[in-house]
Amino acid sequence: MFTLTQAEQIQDAGEKNYLIHEKGLWSWLTTVDHKRIAIMYMIAVLTFFLIGGIFALLIRLELFTPGQTIVSPDTYNKFMTFHGAIMVFMVIIPAIPAIFGNFVLPIMLGAKDVAFPRLNLASWYIFMIGAILAASTLFLGGVDTGWTFYTPYSISTSTNVVLTVLGAFTMGMASILTGLNFVVTIHKLRAPGQTMSRIPLFVWAIYATSIIQILATPVLGITLLLIAAERILGVGIFDPTLGGDPVLFQHFFWFYSHPAVYIMVLPAMGIISELITTFSRKTIFGYTAIAYSSFAIAGVSFIVWGHHMYVSGQSEFAGKLFSVLTMLVGVPTAIKLFNWIATMYKGSIRLDAPMLYAIGFMFLFTIGGLTGIFLASLGMDVHFHDTYFVVAHFHYVMVGGTLMAFTGGLLYWFPKMFGKMTSDTLGRISWVFVFTGFNVTFFPQFILGAMGMPRRYYDYLPEYTSLNQISTVGSWLIGLGFVIVLIAIIKAFISGEKASANPWGGKTLEWKTASPPHYENFETTPVVTEGPYEYR
Amino acid sequence: MSIANIETKHEGGHHGFGVDEHGHFHHAHHFKDAHHQYESSKQGIWLFMVTEILMFGGLFVAYAIYKSLYAPIFHVGSSFLDVKWGSVNTVILITSSFTMALGIYYNQTNQFQKAVVSLALTILCALGFMGIKYIEYSHKIHDGLLPGKFFTNKEFPKKLSEYIKKMEPEDLSPQMKEIASNPKRLEKAAPLYFGFYFAMTGLHGLHVVIGACLIFWVMVKTHRRRFSSEYYTPVEGVGIFWHIVDLIWIYLFPLLYLVG
Amino acid sequence: MFSLHFTVLANTFMPVQGSEIAVDVDYHYAFLVISSLIAFIILIGGMTLFIVKYKRQTENDKTAYISHNHFLEFLWSFIPFLIVMGVFYWGKVIYDKHRTFPEKAEEIHVIAQKWAWEFKYKNGVSIESAKGEVLHIPVGKPVRFIISSRDVLHSFFIPGFRNKQDAIPGRFTSMWIEAKQEGEYQVFCAEYCGTGHSNMPARIRAVAPEAYVAWLEEKKANTPVDPNAGNEMAMKGASLYKELGCSGCHTVASDAPKLSGPSWVGLFGSKREFADGSSVVGDENYIRESILNPMAKIVKGYAGIMPPYVGRVSDEEIDNIIEYIKTLK
Repeated sequence: MFTLTQAEQIQDAGEKNYLIHEKGLWSWLTTVDHKRIAIMYMIAVLTFFLIGGIFALLIRLELFTPGQTIVSPDTYNKFMTFHGAIMVFMVIIPAIPAIFGNFVLPIMLGAKDVAFPRLNLASWYIFMIGAILAASTLFLGGVDTGWTFYTPYSISTSTNVVLTVLGAFTMGMASILTGLNFVVTIHKLRAPGQTMSRIPLFVWAIYATSIIQILATPVLGITLLLIAAERILGVGIFDPTLGGDPVLFQHFFWFYSHPAVYIMVLPAMGIISELITTFSRKTIFGYTAIAYSSFAIAGVSFIVWGHHMYVSGQSEFAGKLFSVLTMLVGVPTAIKLFNWIATMYKGSIRLDAPMLYAIGFMFLFTIGGLTGIFLASLGMDVHFHDTYFVVAHFHYVMVGGTLMAFTGGLLYWFPKMFGKMTSDTLGRISWVFVFTGFNVTFFPQFILGAMGMPRRYYDYLPEYTSLNQISTVGSWLIGLGFVIVLIAIIKAFISGEKASANPWGGKTLEWKTASPPHYENFETTPVVTEGPYEYR
Repeated sequence: MSIANIETKHEGGHHGFGVDEHGHFHHAHHFKDAHHQYESSKQGIWLFMVTEILMFGGLFVAYAIYKSLYAPIFHVGSSFLDVKWGSVNTVILITSSFTMALGIYYNQTNQFQKAVVSLALTILCALGFMGIKYIEYSHKIHDGLLPGKFFTNKEFPKKLSEYIKKMEPEDLSPQMKEIASNPKRLEKAAPLYFGFYFAMTGLHGLHVVIGACLIFWVMVKTHRRRFSSEYYTPVEGVGIFWHIVDLIWIYLFPLLYLVG
Repeated sequence: MFSLHFTVLANTFMPVQGSEIAVDVDYHYAFLVISSLIAFIILIGGMTLFIVKYKRQTENDKTAYISHNHFLEFLWSFIPFLIVMGVFYWGKVIYDKHRTFPEKAEEIHVIAQKWAWEFKYKNGVSIESAKGEVLHIPVGKPVRFIISSRDVLHSFFIPGFRNKQDAIPGRFTSMWIEAKQEGEYQVFCAEYCGTGHSNMPARIRAVAPEAYVAWLEEKKANTPVDPNAGNEMAMKGASLYKELGCSGCHTVASDAPKLSGPSWVGLFGSKREFADGSSVVGDENYIRESILNPMAKIVKGYAGIMPPYVGRVSDEEIDNIIEYIKTLK
C-alpha cells in the first residue's frame, strides 16, 4: 500500500456502513440506497449469467459432433434462443450500468444517492418481473425464434413468443428508468467544484449509455408489442400473407438493437479507463477525446442499423449508406484504444488481477473491433453474414470486451463494496482460464465462418468437426475460469483480508470513502478542486 | 480530487419527503434544497416523456409507411370511423387538459378545494373519453371490423374494390397494384387498417386509463393537503403526462379519422 | 511474390473460388486479414512492451504527466479514418459487382421452404433438393436467381461464390453468379428457419455449356407425366401441398424418410389412432378439421406442433387438398 496523507486517512464507517446500517431481509427489499440496490442487481444478474452460461455449455456440447449429440434440433434451437435472450437482456445490457453504475456513480460524483432513489428500487422490481416473465418460458416449453425474433417465423412458431417479448418489454422499461435516473443524477447531483470536465470517464461512459437507453429502448418496446399484437390479433403488419412486410420488422428491431450493443460496450470502456489509470498510476491520456468519443459512438450508433441487413432485401443504396456510416464508428473506438495504450506509456504498471482483465479486454476487443470492419464492408459481409464469423465477432466484443471489463470492475470495486480483499492469486488464475479459454472457443469460429459454416446450425458438414471440437473444449475452460472467480468471491466473503479505503491507489472519489462506505456515502460532502486522474 | 470539510444540513427525515401534516415541506436529503429537487424532478419527468413520444413515434412511422403503400385501404378504412365521435373525444381531451392545468394552478396557489374539483373534472373527461371509445369499439366489434383474422365485415372489401376501380393506375403503389390484382389477397389485406386502428387507439386508450389513475392519486393527495405552493411537483408531473397523452390524440385523430 | 504468399495464407480457409468475384472477395479478405494483423501487432505489441518496460518499481513511483498530444491524436484519428474509408470503397466495388445484373443471364427460380429448395428452370424443369437432385448451371455464363420463399425467411448462400441473398415470403429478391470452372458447390440456408434450418442443403454443379443444354433437355424429356393429369382439383392440391408448406412435415411418397408430421399416404379411408386413445376413419371432415384446427385430433406418436391454417386457406383450397390426398395410396 502507499502512504496515505493525513488528509486522506479515512475512518472506518463502523455501524454506519451501508451493509449493516439497517438489518433484515425486509430492509433490503424496501431499500432506496443505491448501493444496496446495486447488490440486489448483482445477485440477480450473476444468477442469470450462470443460467445463460449453462445454456452456452449445452450448445457447445451438442456441437461437439455433427448430427445429434445430446438433444434434438428443436431443443437445440430453444437452447440457442435462451442463451442469446438471457445473455443479451438479462446480463450484458443491465450488468455494468445497474451494478457498478448504481454503486459507484453517485459516489464518484460526491452525491448521497441517485436523483430518484425510489424510482431506482422500482426499476429493480420491474427488471425482476420482466426477468421472471421471460424465464418462465423455460418451464412452459421454451422459445425457439433466436433472440432476434425475426418475422414471419416468430409469428407462426407455436412456442411461447408472447411471454418472452412481454418479459423483454418489461426489462426494457427498467432499462429506460435507470438511464433516466443516471442522466438527472449526472446533471443535478455533482458535488461542489465538480464540473463536467472533472467527472471520471466511467461517469461519461454511463452518461452516453443512458442517453442511448432512453432514446432507443422505446422503439424496441413498440416493436415487441407489435409482435405480440401480430400473434394474438393477426394485425398484419409483419405477416406477408396479410399484406405485411417481414423486413420492416428487421428495421424496427435493429433500430434499437444496434444502439443496444453500445449500451453493452460503452460502460465496459468506462471501466477500462478507470482500471488503466489506476494500475498505471498515471493520468489518463486524452480525457476530452475519450469523453467525447463515447458520445460520438452513441450518436453514430443510431444511424448504422442497416449493416445487419445488407442481404435482407434492403436497397443497395441503403446498404452503401449504412456501410460508410458503420466505418465511421470504428474511428472513435480506435481513439479510445490508442489513448489507453498511451496512458500506459511511462506509467508505473502493476498487473493486479483487475489490470490483467483490463489488458485482456484490450487484446480481445481489438480483435473484435477489427473484425467488425470486415463485417462493415459490403463486399465482405455478403459472404460472412449469418456465418460463424459474425458469431465470433460479437463474442469477441461482448465477452472478450464487456464481460472482461465487468470482471475487472468486479475485482476492482469488490473491496469498496464489501470491505474485503479478494485473493489476487485466484484472480490471476481465473484470468488465465478465461482468457485462454475464450480464444480457444472463439478464434476457430472465425475460420469456420470463412469456410462457410452458417450460424444457428444444429448440424454441420463433417469437415467442420475438428474446429467445432476445439471450440467446445474452449468453452469448458471459460466455464472453469468463471467458477474460479466465483470461488474467489466466496472465499473473500468468508476469510478475505480487511480492505482499506484505497487499496489500489485510485484517485476518484469512491476511494475517499470507507470500505464499505457509510450509508450516505460521505460523512461530509466533498468539494472538488481538481480533475479525476491527477497522478503527479 | 480533494475533500474540504463542509457540514451538510440534513433536513427532513430519511423516510420520504413532501408536505407534512403541518403544511411544512421537507425536501429529500440527497438534494441541496427544494428548488434543486424540483428542477431534478422536472428533468426526470421530461426525459420519461421523450421515451413515450419515441414509443408512439415507432407506431406512427409504421403507419406512415403502410399508408403510403396501401393508400386506398387506409382511405376506405377511415370512412368506417365516425368523425362525430372522434371530434367529441378531441374536444373532451382538450377540455381535460385545461382542467388539468387548473388543477396544477390551484395547487400552486394553495386553493385546494378548487384544485380537487378541477382534477375531478379531468377524471370525468377521461371517463367520458373511454365511454365514447367503448361505444366506438362495440360498433366495430358488432360490424366485424376487427384486426387480422377476426375481420368479418363484408362491406369493406366491396367498398375497397369500387374505390380502387375509380383510381388512376399510376396513383397506386406497385405493392397496392399487386394486391389489388388478386381478389383473395385484397380480402386478406383489408384488415390492415384496423390493425393499426386498434393498436394505436388501444395503446393510447391504455395511457388515458393510466393517466386517469394517476390524476386520481394526486387528487386524493391534494385533498389531504399534501401539496402546496412550496411543493406541487407530482401534480405538475401528472399534468405533463396528461398533456402528452392529449397531444398524441391530436395527431391520432386526423391520421385515423380524417384521411377518408 | 511475398504478398502472394500472404494472400494464399489468408485464403487457406476460404472455400474454393467458384467465380471471378470470389477471387475479388478473397483479395479484399486477405488485405483485411493482413492489415488487421499489422494493426494488432502494433497496438498489442506496443502495449506489451509498455507493460514490461514500465513495470512498477516502488510504491512511490512518479509517473509522467501527459494529458494529451494534439498532433499525435490528429494523426491517429485521420489515418484510421482514411483506411476505413478505403475499405468501404473497396467493399462497395465488390458489392456493386455482386448486385449489378448482367444483361443476358440464364434465369432460374429459387423457391425456399421449410426445409428444402426447389429450383425451376424456364422450360419447366424442376429440381428438388429434398430428393437429392442437383442444380446444374453452365460454366462461363451468368446465371440469375430469382428467389422467394413459401413460408418464413430463408437465405440462399453459396460459399464458393461468396454470395447470398435472403428469401422473403411474398416478395422476390435476386442475385447472380458466373462459374469460372467446372465443379460442384455447396448451398446452405443462412437465415434461421426452425427445426430443419441446418438440414436443407443443396448442391450446384457447374458444367460446360453444351453439357448443360443437353442435361436440361434430357431432364425435360424425362419429366414424369403427372399421375393426376385430368384431375384438376388433385393437381391444384398437389401445388398447394408445396405452396402452403405442408411438404415440410408431411410426406406423400411411401419411401420418403419420416418427417415431423404423419404421412398422407393411405390417409384417406384408413383408421387414424389419436394420442387420447380415440380413433376415426380418415375422411373429408377429418382432413378439413386437421387443417383448420390441428390440435383437435393429434395422431398417436406425433407432437402437437402443427400451426392452425384457419384464415390462411380458403374452402376451395381445402377441397383441392382433399382430392389430392385421395390420390395418395
